[in-house]
Amino acid sequence: MAVATAPRRGMTKTEKRNQVMGLLFISPWLIGFFLFALFPLVASLYYSMTNYDFIREPQFIGLANYVRLFTIDPDFWTVMYNTIYYVGFGVPLGIAVAFMIANLLNSEIKGRTLFRSLIYIPSIVPAVCTAMVWLFILNVQYGAINGILKTIGWPTIPFLSSPELAKPSLIMIYIWAQGTAVVIFLAALQDVPRSLYDAALVDGANAWNRFWNVTVPMCTPVILFNFIMGIIWAFQDFTLPFVLTGGGPMKSTEFYVVNLYRNAFVQFSIGKASAMAWILFLIILLFSVILFRTSARWVYYGGEK
Amino acid sequence: MTSASQTVASKPQIQQPAKSGSLSASKLLSRFLVYTTLIVLGITWIFPLYWMVTSSLKDDPQIYTVPPVLIPNPAYWNNFYDAWTRFDFNRAAFNSVFLYSVPATIFTLVSSMIVAYGFARIPWRGRDTLFWVCIATMMLPWQVTMVPLFIIFKNLGWINTYWPFVVPSLFGNAYFIFLLRQFFLSIPEELSDAARIDGASEFGILWRIIVPLSKPAMAVVMLFTFLGAWNNYLGPLIYINSQEMQPLALAIYRMRTLALSMGTTAMAYPHLMAVSTLVALPIILIFIFAQRTFIEGISTTGLKG
Repeated sequence: MAVATAPRRGMTKTEKRNQVMGLLFISPWLIGFFLFALFPLVASLYYSMTNYDFIREPQFIGLANYVRLFTIDPDFWTVMYNTIYYVGFGVPLGIAVAFMIANLLNSEIKGRTLFRSLIYIPSIVPAVCTAMVWLFILNVQYGAINGILKTIGWPTIPFLSSPELAKPSLIMIYIWAQGTAVVIFLAALQDVPRSLYDAALVDGANAWNRFWNVTVPMCTPVILFNFIMGIIWAFQDFTLPFVLTGGGPMKSTEFYVVNLYRNAFVQFSIGKASAMAWILFLIILLFSVILFRTSARWVYYGGEK
Repeated sequence: MTSASQTVASKPQIQQPAKSGSLSASKLLSRFLVYTTLIVLGITWIFPLYWMVTSSLKDDPQIYTVPPVLIPNPAYWNNFYDAWTRFDFNRAAFNSVFLYSVPATIFTLVSSMIVAYGFARIPWRGRDTLFWVCIATMMLPWQVTMVPLFIIFKNLGWINTYWPFVVPSLFGNAYFIFLLRQFFLSIPEELSDAARIDGASEFGILWRIIVPLSKPAMAVVMLFTFLGAWNNYLGPLIYINSQEMQPLALAIYRMRTLALSMGTTAMAYPHLMAVSTLVALPIILIFIFAQRTFIEGISTTGLKG
């Protein structure tokens, strides 16, 4: 950060004034950056190498927290598996469903605004409220879905009370809350030039060909964007699993950040929680970098050569 | 795909009004399929919220009936009042509006505007470097800074106060700084120059020229800050431990624990649904009245609710 704090000689009076005013205007962010981002970041790295419980002084133990997590920790790999499962199925499925819905909304229809609203509203309702509703709807005995199954004489489904079904149920809710991705896709679809479709039509392309050879390539930048944002958000999803299942049954929905929260604020294992936070940070970074690196092969940027 | 595109863009025979009977029939069929799919999806997507609202109006027998009761009859409208007063949500509502959401919204807007102005409208050395640092902070997962921030706020004596929710909003928010900067860049520089010649200060220009022209962007910032603060669950969970200071999100969770522990009679589900409805209602109403702002905000920046 080579920012000149004192204006050098050779600056005009206006330039000097601008330098001062510019720094003055951004100073709230700059101060906040040091206090609420940079300092906590460094502190977190330090805590991850200590034994600390909020009360006694932190004890430096090097990389022991990391080693313990990877080798002897009883929960770490379970939690990692749960989270990768959730992200690995949830994000691609969420993108596929959102993209499909956006395409339907982009066809020549009346009532687009209404349909878009119906799809989008679930994603802005407070997560605590949606968790309560799903808790109720998916209930084995009193839930609406099992009520319908009972009516037609089918066996009930223990959505949230079985370790096998709890993760798929949460993924279902995740997909349901992808309204934001739908809106982003729809905006991208509306930017695809009509002329490309007309040209494809002239070349005799049917609807399927037009979708795969025009729509999808033109939307790959936005698909990449949604993929990266989706991974970042899904890895950090806290409220829904925490409120809905509390990690259960049998730790089947104990996701990474839920476990991290518990380690920090229930067990007070600050060192372990900080190490987990850094591992997660690196995982998210790694996924983003891989997506970016491979994107040259599958993302089409119209303007570039 | 690009090669064939531009040249044949607008040939007249492509604008095809339904010519033959068979063509319009297949078009009719695809129309029908699109509408059917959208209606099914729309109903599926909004069903949980429909169920939340209608279950609020039921009594216990209506909750447990098979087949499920789609339209409660009779409807118990006083459930809303009973549920709200049963766990004293007035205090939580007051906290959510006046202590969590409104101050954060105002402070974030003002501080982000000032910072964005410094990044967009004043030329100074080091500006672009620092702006990239600002963008990079968006990638920082909250888990990494969560524990050190807790320790900082604990040392300041801010646990169980509103300060952790108010003070950071005075330092701007990277997402909104980015959004506002992009918007400010689109305002012609000549307007500022003219004001400077008339002797206006930078703050004067921000206030008298930029603010009146930036209302759409400001609306987006306010909307999403409010949404984030209203829906925030983890923050209060970490920092607040007294019941009087809880926001609505935490109050619902407390109610869930209490109501469900009383057993499934005693109106646990109708009351939970009633309160969830009332907490989600402001967000849904805001969406209905500010739909365009929402959609534009997401489409341009990919902000998440």
